[in-house]
Amino acid sequence: MTTEIEFINVSKTYLNQQEVVNVLKGVSGKVEKGEIVTIIGPSGSGKSTILSLCNLLLTPDEGEVWIQGKDVGDWDIQTLRRQVGIAFQGAPMLTGTVQENLSLPKRLQGKTLENPKKYMEYVGLTEDLLLRQAKELSGGQRQRLSLARTLVNDPAILLLDEVTSALDSLSAHEVEELILRINRERQTTILWVTHDQSQAERVGDQTWLVIEGRIVEAAPTKQFFVKPKQEQTKQFLEMRREYK
Amino acid sequence: MSLIALLFSFGFVIFSFFLSHAFKLGLGRDLIITGIRATIQLLVVGYILNTVFGFENPLAMILMLLVMVFVATINAAKRGKGLPRIFWKIFLTISIVEIITQGFLLGLQIVPATPQYTISISGMIIGNSMVIASLFLNRLKAELEMRKEEVVLVLSLGGSVKQSIYPILKQSIRSSLIPTIEGQRTIGLVQLPGMMTGQIIAGADPVEAVRFQLLIVFMILFAAVLTAIILGFLIYPELFNKKQQLDISAW
Ligand SMILES: Nc1ncnc2c1ncn2[C@@H]1O[C@H](COP(=O)(O)OP(=O)(O)OP(=O)(O)O)[C@@H](O)[C@H]1O
Ligand SMILES: [Mg+2]
Repeated sequence: MTTEIEFINVSKTYLNQQEVVNVLKGVSGKVEKGEIVTIIGPSGSGKSTILSLCNLLLTPDEGEVWIQGKDVGDWDIQTLRRQVGIAFQGAPMLTGTVQENLSLPKRLQGKTLENPKKYMEYVGLTEDLLLRQAKELSGGQRQRLSLARTLVNDPAILLLDEVTSALDSLSAHEVEELILRINRERQTTILWVTHDQSQAERVGDQTWLVIEGRIVEAAPTKQFFVKPKQEQTKQFLEMRREYK
Repeated sequence: MSLIALLFSFGFVIFSFFLSHAFKLGLGRDLIITGIRATIQLLVVGYILNTVFGFENPLAMILMLLVMVFVATINAAKRGKGLPRIFWKIFLTISIVEIITQGFLLGLQIVPATPQYTISISGMIIGNSMVIASLFLNRLKAELEMRKEEVVLVLSLGGSVKQSIYPILKQSIRSSLIPTIEGQRTIGLVQLPGMMTGQIIAGADPVEAVRFQLLIVFMILFAAVLTAIILGFLIYPELFNKKQQLDISAW
């Protein structure tokens, strides 16, 4: 097995109105090629921040992030960002049509997208949407489109940030299946942030729990949910179950 | 106009003061200060111009122009506090706009090369350029705050810094120019431009005054467009750090 992503003692602080906020405090972890790691944790614990470190949208203040055996700082930035694709939490869209948004990754390279219909179909969108304004799509449609757009670059590593949060459970399952298929067919390595614990349990090979900027527990997914080792993990899982 | 007449005209300010007082507008202080400040500034400028127009030496004029650009820059730079080297970028922008515009006017001998013309026209170019620079910075900041996600999205898909900021840059340039363009639309229909009014009152032929005003309108449109474009392209690279990350935390 080869290591695709490695965090080595990573810390990150933000400056919020002169106040220093420690968002990540010494995060370490490894992700092997073809593996799906699900990341769970409370709101504001630093999950999205961890994702942004992998394609250099953020730089850590301390520690290192390695992608495919190379420090992110040594990558050509554009190449890295195409290799490591991210689907953002809010599924942001540019002003313009669905087609324009979908083909954006190609247009940025001065190319055209040959088969937009294939991608639409892939994520369960109908092709008659192609000429609609992207910003006017529903939350769920935007999430599907955002995912499709990320896939256009054919990334080796996928960073998924709450990509099914606006979908009903049936649609969420559909998108999950799609992502699992990509993972199987192309050996895509996936970091998958989700607040949906049953989803994290269903799709993950490994699961990390992030609380207040630390990885509290990292374990094979089955073991993580059935026999968590840390007291904090038990509490976190318990809390959610009670809530349900 | 006699000094006595000028003194009487200050009565307008006094009346406004009492009106503000009567209706509790709380503007009394500002009105008086504005009135007095305008008086002092303009009187000082009047005497300086008198002196400069007297000098034969073109250096005196150039010095005067530099001071004008400098003051305009200080004013516009307030909007960009926190942006690296913003002062020099605005200074450079306004200087380039002034040089190109004046170069055109003088080169084609559209206006005579006397201090009277050069300084008054420069005042309009530089003042206008200053307003556009402030507006542009305001718009850019607002757009960036609103559409930060879109910039990061393009970067995340492997876009270059320029590709990621271009739509926002374009929008900010456009919206900073709209007031200038709109302002010229009803020109002369309701209100005569200040300079034309002045010329007519001073006894110039209205048709001659109109020709001159047209020159000013065209010139201002050009200077505005040039200012926004130059400043935009000088500023955008520094909104990002070496790792091609959007970094506007200091702004
Ligand atoms: N650009 C920023 N500037 C300042 N603080 C930030 C910035 N981005 C995130 N933060 C702060 O960092 C912390 C972690 O944010 P992050 O988005 O990583 O959390 P998260 O675990 O993804 O939360 P959620 O589940 O709500 O998405 C939060 O406290 C947030 O306020
Ligand atoms: Mg998040």
